[in-house]
Amino acid sequence: MSLDADTELSGEVPRLFGSKRSQLFAGRRGIVASSMSIIVVVVALALILFRAPGAAAFRSYFMNFHDMWISWVGDPKAGISAMRDALFTNIWMFMIAEVLILFFGLSLAWIRFSQSPVLLPFRILATVYSDIMRGIPIILVIAIVGEGLPALQLPFVSKLPLAVYGVVALTLGYSAYVSEVLRAGIYSVPNGQLLAARSLGLTHRSTMRRVILPQAVRTVIPPLLNDFISLQKDTALVSALGAIEIFQAAQISQGALFNGGGLVVASIFFIVLTVPMTRFTDYLMARDRTRRLANS
Amino acid sequence: MTNVILELDSVVKRFGENEVLRGISLSLHRHEVVCLIGASGSGKSTLLRCANLLETIDGGTITLFGQSLGDARIDPNLVRRHIGMVFQSFNLFPHLSVLDNIMLGPIYALKRKRADVHDEALALLDRIGLRERADEFPDRLSGGQQQRVAIVRSLAMQPSLLLLDEVTSALDPTLVGEVLDLLTDLAHHGTTMLIATHEMNFAKDVSHQIAFLEKGVLVEKGTPDQMFNDPTHEATRKFLERSR
Ligand SMILES: Nc1ncnc2c1ncn2[C@@H]1O[C@H](COP(=O)(O)OP(=O)(O)OP(=O)(O)O)[C@@H](O)[C@H]1O
Ligand SMILES: [Mg+2]
Repeated sequence: MSLDADTELSGEVPRLFGSKRSQLFAGRRGIVASSMSIIVVVVALALILFRAPGAAAFRSYFMNFHDMWISWVGDPKAGISAMRDALFTNIWMFMIAEVLILFFGLSLAWIRFSQSPVLLPFRILATVYSDIMRGIPIILVIAIVGEGLPALQLPFVSKLPLAVYGVVALTLGYSAYVSEVLRAGIYSVPNGQLLAARSLGLTHRSTMRRVILPQAVRTVIPPLLNDFISLQKDTALVSALGAIEIFQAAQISQGALFNGGGLVVASIFFIVLTVPMTRFTDYLMARDRTRRLANS
Repeated sequence: MTNVILELDSVVKRFGENEVLRGISLSLHRHEVVCLIGASGSGKSTLLRCANLLETIDGGTITLFGQSLGDARIDPNLVRRHIGMVFQSFNLFPHLSVLDNIMLGPIYALKRKRADVHDEALALLDRIGLRERADEFPDRLSGGQQQRVAIVRSLAMQPSLLLLDEVTSALDPTLVGEVLDLLTDLAHHGTTMLIATHEMNFAKDVSHQIAFLEKGVLVEKGTPDQMFNDPTHEATRKFLERSR
């Protein structure tokens, strides 16, 4: 092969058209193609729902709109607790748990990043704690706390509402995850930031508070919100203790009405609750990405 | 009272087996500018970090205002409030505005009132011609501007001396001048500085003393004239010839 520029240029005109298949979806035709594929998917789903061997039974079990409504508003005579009341239990459980988790998770992360020799035993404890808590399935934590604390027969702590034990258990479990997320954030702050802050004579505490944590938290907001999305859904696990939260209410209606409409209602509730959170998380990630791209 | 601010006496620093500083003795007087020169890896940065207690030393003593920094009663945070340090990589705080970067130390380390500090910080920005940029975030500034902000950020603490570690090495060549001009200006106003640098012409112009380090040994120290025109050691002459 010759490296002479002239001989290279004298070759034939290069082909710039895409393949036949990529031409199919170019420009306006792309919209047609995506509409087609949506229709195909919808038709396939409808076929499964209406043509599957057990389709009729499935529909009457999960999509009995009258019974779904009953499970939503409740029916005291039939012993069905209203799901619209039960859902507030879920809502306050995760709202309180989120605040406690942030506080507790931050404390754990802070202790593990501390340098004071006085805190050494606590550093070890914090490490062991997060290893243990992340090892136990959250439903077991809920069961142990929810059955263990009452069993102790202590004056105050053993006589709390079941949902409170749920909040305690969720806090214990999720704080371990959140502290790891925060710790990752702390380690992601460049060492130069620490050096610069210490060189100004800031104490370890001020350095953490004014320099390291503000940067760390910013980078971990999306994973943090992801943990909170899981948390919101895991409030349903507190039903294992018998607390009347939305999943428990759904199961009660399932038993009374002999169909699973309540389960669908509960699912819809969780979707309505988490979708804004997932959208918000995506928005933050996109914003962070554009900002980083703008700076590089 | 003598005029010695910082004194290093036979300072030894090891990283594991690697002896990085091998008995360095050096003193810095009030209003004096000393430049540290030497090949990459000769220990310049390590020496500056030891003076600021960012590293612990393994032998010898460092004295600040006649007090040994090895004394167990020394509070490193108090020591660092008297010593400004500027790094090669600026290290401005990206989540704070330019103004807040400058005010952070005085407010949270010196516990001074925000209102008092505010005017001083603006005056410092004025001095480097960046007063209009006070409310912007550091990533909006050029490298040279960022480094000048980093320098006045340490000046805002009203330190007794400044340690500067190759503050122009990360800069585009066209931006080096503005930073060196600021340092020259500071030198003329009597700021005490210990400067690690590869900028030989700058060292020649601004220093009272130049110290040449090689593999952790302070080979030779003298006035710029002595060092550049009549070095005692062969190693010094060779190094300066190569970095011309
Ligand atoms: N934290 C550390 N751990 C281990 N070794 C280190 C550490 N910091 C520096 N060193 C070693 O110490 C020696 C001196 O490094 P130093 O950074 O002080 O050199 P320098 O003169 O500043 O070089 P340069 O001009 O490249 O900045 C080098 O051999 C380096 O590898
Ligand atoms: Mg260096």
